[in-house]
Amino acid sequence: MRRAALAAALVILAAVPWWVGGTYYTNIASQILFYGIFALGVNVLAGYAGLVSLGHAGLFGIAAYAGARIMNNGHGHIAVTIGALALTLVAAAIFAVLALRGTGLGFVMITVALGQIVWGVAYRWISITNGDNGIAIRGRPSPLGLSLASPAGFYWATLAVFLVAVASMAIFVASPFGASLRGTRDQPRRMNALGYHVWMVRFLAFLFSGFWSGVAGLLYLYYNEFVSPQAVALTASAEALLMVISGGTATLLGPIVGAGLVVIVKNVASAYIERWNFVLGAIFVVIVVFMPEGLVPGTQRLWRWARAAASGPRVSAAG
Amino acid sequence: MSLWLVLAVNSITLGGLLFLLSAGFSLIFGLMKIPNLTHGSFFMLGAYLATSLIARGMDFWTAALVGGLLVAALGGIVERLILRRLGGAELAQVLVTLGLSFMIADVCLMVWTGDPIRIATPSALRGATSLLGLGFPTYRLAISLIAVVFAVALWALLDRTRLGAMIRAGVDDPAMARVVGIRVSRLFTIVFCLGAWLAGFAGVIGGPILSVYPGLDQEMLPLALVVVILGGSGSLLGSLVGSFVVGFLYNFGQAMFPELAYVVLFLPMLIVLVVRPQGLFGRQTA
Repeated sequence: MRRAALAAALVILAAVPWWVGGTYYTNIASQILFYGIFALGVNVLAGYAGLVSLGHAGLFGIAAYAGARIMNNGHGHIAVTIGALALTLVAAAIFAVLALRGTGLGFVMITVALGQIVWGVAYRWISITNGDNGIAIRGRPSPLGLSLASPAGFYWATLAVFLVAVASMAIFVASPFGASLRGTRDQPRRMNALGYHVWMVRFLAFLFSGFWSGVAGLLYLYYNEFVSPQAVALTASAEALLMVISGGTATLLGPIVGAGLVVIVKNVASAYIERWNFVLGAIFVVIVVFMPEGLVPGTQRLWRWARAAASGPRVSAAG
Repeated sequence: MSLWLVLAVNSITLGGLLFLLSAGFSLIFGLMKIPNLTHGSFFMLGAYLATSLIARGMDFWTAALVGGLLVAALGGIVERLILRRLGGAELAQVLVTLGLSFMIADVCLMVWTGDPIRIATPSALRGATSLLGLGFPTYRLAISLIAVVFAVALWALLDRTRLGAMIRAGVDDPAMARVVGIRVSRLFTIVFCLGAWLAGFAGVIGGPILSVYPGLDQEMLPLALVVVILGGSGSLLGSLVGSFVVGFLYNFGQAMFPELAYVVLFLPMLIVLVVRPQGLFGRQTA
């Protein structure tokens, strides 16, 4: 049953360019996928580690900027990918060492500050980042001879990366490491007493989170063939967090649903009104106040409640 | 006047403004444990409101007071209606303040458009004042003076009055403060309104120097964050010292390394975090 559902989902996902009706929608689907990867990365910290980062757009942006710079220096796509991700990991390690000086609100504040530093560099260090004008690149890669220039080609490549990301998350969540990370979230002192190196567990989780943020940043660069300080702004970090929170923190599916919600609302809203930021802020406030658990757990709760109501007498008889 | 002296004067002025902004931020953070991410928006909103009040014929100082009061009223509403509902869920509170900051920024963009608006310097304070044989811009001296007056007033409020004693008790140990009969939840509202008022007022008196433009909120908020991380949350002295440190770093950083001004600004903060995470004047929390 579960396997059949999974296979059906895969077929539906792979067939998106055929049934979704037009390249515009295929492109939106690609956006949902790479923002979904970003949200999954943020969720490692915000969900499983209980460390809310408002600076992850910095890592996302470092990957995109590094990729653009390496590419414009005349290197191939393999060098771009390796270089950008390696640099993102280094940046994530630096972020982690500094941000893990605090937990809870301290962590939030430090990540805001770190994200703003990256933004400041992107905006002001014009000789490296070309400032407000951003950097354009000369096209998408063609791994193994497949061209990613068309929307459908790009979608399938993104889908492949996305599936790897989801699989890595599923393995991570089920692994002893995932369990120890959740342990450091719920009972850091007990974990310490049990002999776990709490700091190191969090540090590794930060690297894992940063890695997928970097992958998403690189896909963002290839998708837009352009990067500007907008990608690094506090708003971008907040959007990523909104995806995680609206979908449901510490769930596998939640961040993906949240990414879909944010990307679709953003595209729909921006078609009708200019005030996307207002809508974003309002969604944020409404979800936090009225549905703090997020959409996926909220729906699951409703579903369980409905099933329990449908099979009510049997449940009470068994009890 | 030499470049360095100009920079120093500008640094002190910015430090004064930052003190007004961050003192409220620091008190709110110290008492309510909320890094209020709408604080930059309060600063910007105060300035925008004052431009409209001045355009309707109000004089500068009244506009500054009233603009601050309107922002304080908004702060009170936010605290009572939203933050109060999320009592204890600190993370949710942070996210709500972030969401609100986006909403306020967008409303400001809608109402006052994207063009920068300059607030005219009050006529009595235009020109320069001679001091020790050097000419200083009068208005900048006035801001420094206002900051000093507020620093003394806030210190007196916190250190010499009953209300201040209650706030300090709330910062140190909210549970114990409740037990001895202090209505901590009412303190939350008072402190939040006071912080919002200070931010709004600072935005107005900063107007003649900085002007008001979209994005001012996102520019001031990180500065306030740095001040509080440097100085330590809940500490008035920390805010004062931190503000002037940041004021100097920002101005001298921009003059000497324009491309790396932000890095120069955040570097000392990072050093403080590594060496003394609770901030220069903060106390170690349990």
